Amino acid sequence: MQWTINGQRYVAEVDVRTSLLDLAREHLGLTGSKKGCDHGQCGACTMLVNGRRVNSCLTLAVMHDGDEIMTIEGLGQVGNLHAMQSAFVKHDGYQCGYCTPGQICSAVGMLDEAKKGWASHASASLTDAELNDAEISERMSGNICRCAAYPNIVDAIREVAGLGDREPVLVAAGEVGA
Amino acid sequence: MKTFQYERAASAETATTDAATPGAKFIAGGTNLLDLMKLQIETPGKLVDITRLPLGDIESRDDGGLTIGTLVPNSDLAAEPRVIEGYEVLSRALLAGASGQLRNKATTGGNLLQRTRCYYFYDTATPCNKREPGSGCSAIGGFNRILAVLGTSDKCIATHPSDMAVAMRALDATIVTLKADGDRRRIAIADFYRLPGETPEIETVLEPGELITAVELPKPVEGARHLYRKVRDRASYAFALVSVAGVVVMDGTTVKSAALAFGGLGPMPWRNPAVEAALVGKEASDATFAAAADALLADARGFGSNDFKIPLMRRTLIASLRELTGA
Ligand SMILES: Cc1cc2nc3c(=O)[nH]c(=O)nc-3n(C[C@H](O)[C@H](O)[C@H](O)COP(=O)(O)OP(=O)(O)OC[C@H]3O[C@@H](n4cnc5c(N)ncnc54)[C@H](O)[C@@H]3O)c2cc1C
Ligand code: SF4
Ligand code: FES
Ligand code: FES
Repeated sequence: MQWTINGQRYVAEVDVRTSLLDLAREHLGLTGSKKGCDHGQCGACTMLVNGRRVNSCLTLAVMHDGDEIMTIEGLGQVGNLHAMQSAFVKHDGYQCGYCTPGQICSAVGMLDEAKKGWASHASASLTDAELNDAEISERMSGNICRCAAYPNIVDAIREVAGLGDREPVLVAAGEVGA
Repeated sequence: MKTFQYERAASAETATTDAATPGAKFIAGGTNLLDLMKLQIETPGKLVDITRLPLGDIESRDDGGLTIGTLVPNSDLAAEPRVIEGYEVLSRALLAGASGQLRNKATTGGNLLQRTRCYYFYDTATPCNKREPGSGCSAIGGFNRILAVLGTSDKCIATHPSDMAVAMRALDATIVTLKADGDRRRIAIADFYRLPGETPEIETVLEPGELITAVELPKPVEGARHLYRKVRDRASYAFALVSVAGVVVMDGTTVKSAALAFGGLGPMPWRNPAVEAALVGKEASDATFAAAADALLADARGFGSNDFKIPLMRRTLIASLRELTGA
């Protein structure tokens, strides 16, 4: 078996039951991708396989022989961060950080999908969907953040998507804590 | 996970013969099968990987219809211009299901064959006739909030969880297969799924080793409005409590034709000609819509915690029909 992960070729023999996530974490020492649920429910294990975001816990390493895989380690490194990584740092798009590698890989894949013109459940029109906060939330709903850093995650993605800062939400004093 | 023999299929023909042996299964996106294998709900002795077979194209046919290869991922199918143009209900249903990552992996055939989300089916410590025939049904008399109100038997009250299949039922899709003996079959989606009856472990008419190669959609219905409405516990990334797929053509304020299918109600994407008969040729009005809901729910029966689905479905259908007819 062989895989190209983060531009580097890896050759290994693994048990057929090994998920792509376990291949990276347990066999190749790439522990950036996280295991939250191991059942496709949380998105912490999101990787880019041949450019598309997928849940690496729900696929077998043997099924990806010859594929090109990108994990958080390949996206950028300390001193050479990917724009999405920098934006997460700048906007505090995390608290504990456990979901963050998956959030970032997913966000990168998601922006590519949006660039291709793919619509979402939040899109009024299926042919000219425009990214906004509701679209970002819907498209990122496969990534759960137990610390609920969601507003800052949306801010980080907005920045990379070129949407600028969100309008501040003005709340009348009487409504606070209502 | 129990170990298994892994084979990558060299051709569709060898895939069917390889998978016809007892205990063998196809694997496509793996997003349902591997989930179930990790929990030892499914324990295949052999996996036949079909993902490298050339079954991933979407082709227009001369009769104006569309043929969708079984390996077309759910996300690509939802984004396909010909689907958005002629079968919007299908794009909408796909986009209402799962997550971006899952849709990138999930395939057309795998989606049709995904298994129920019944809590007890997933809990190997409890009896479940679908998982272990003859062991009993824990959901009847148990916690059954997400389960069926139509088409149930005293052996099983599970629902089919797919959104995509509901849209395909409204679109009169045909499932194309290749059997281990080399024969091809074309199965109308109306005949594809089986009611649980005495054997809830048998969910479709597929034979051992029978491979779904494609799904065919007939020519788009001209001048139709499409809608997929899904009601769920949270706004995204949750299975349907109830859902409606509708393709309706109006003639002024009269309903000219209607195709309606329902998710979350039964063990298969649900469709009932009496619902459509209550609408076609009638003035679009709340009274007409109420008659359609009566027809749909006449035989509905709750099991306690899912009783709410009956009034919820009624309201969802009426709201959907208002939108579809402009009434
Ligand atoms: C967290 C989560 C949330 C989800 N939410 C939703 C949702 O809201 N709505 C929804 O509709 N779905 C939802 N899904 C389910 C998802 O849509 C299915 O898992 C997916 O469609 C299955 O497709 P697959 O290709 O991965 O199938 P696989 O897991 O590869 O296969 C499923 C079954 O189909 C069989 N099979 C596959 N291809 C063929 C073929 N060509 N011929 C014969 N047999 C075949 C396999 O043997 C297996 O038994 C969710 C899944 C998860 C994990
Ligand atoms: S409803 Fe069906 S799947 Fe659920 S416990 Fe009963 S037999 Fe099993
Ligand atoms: S670890 Fe893969 S989705 Fe949760
Ligand atoms: S930052 Fe803690 S789970 Fe998201």
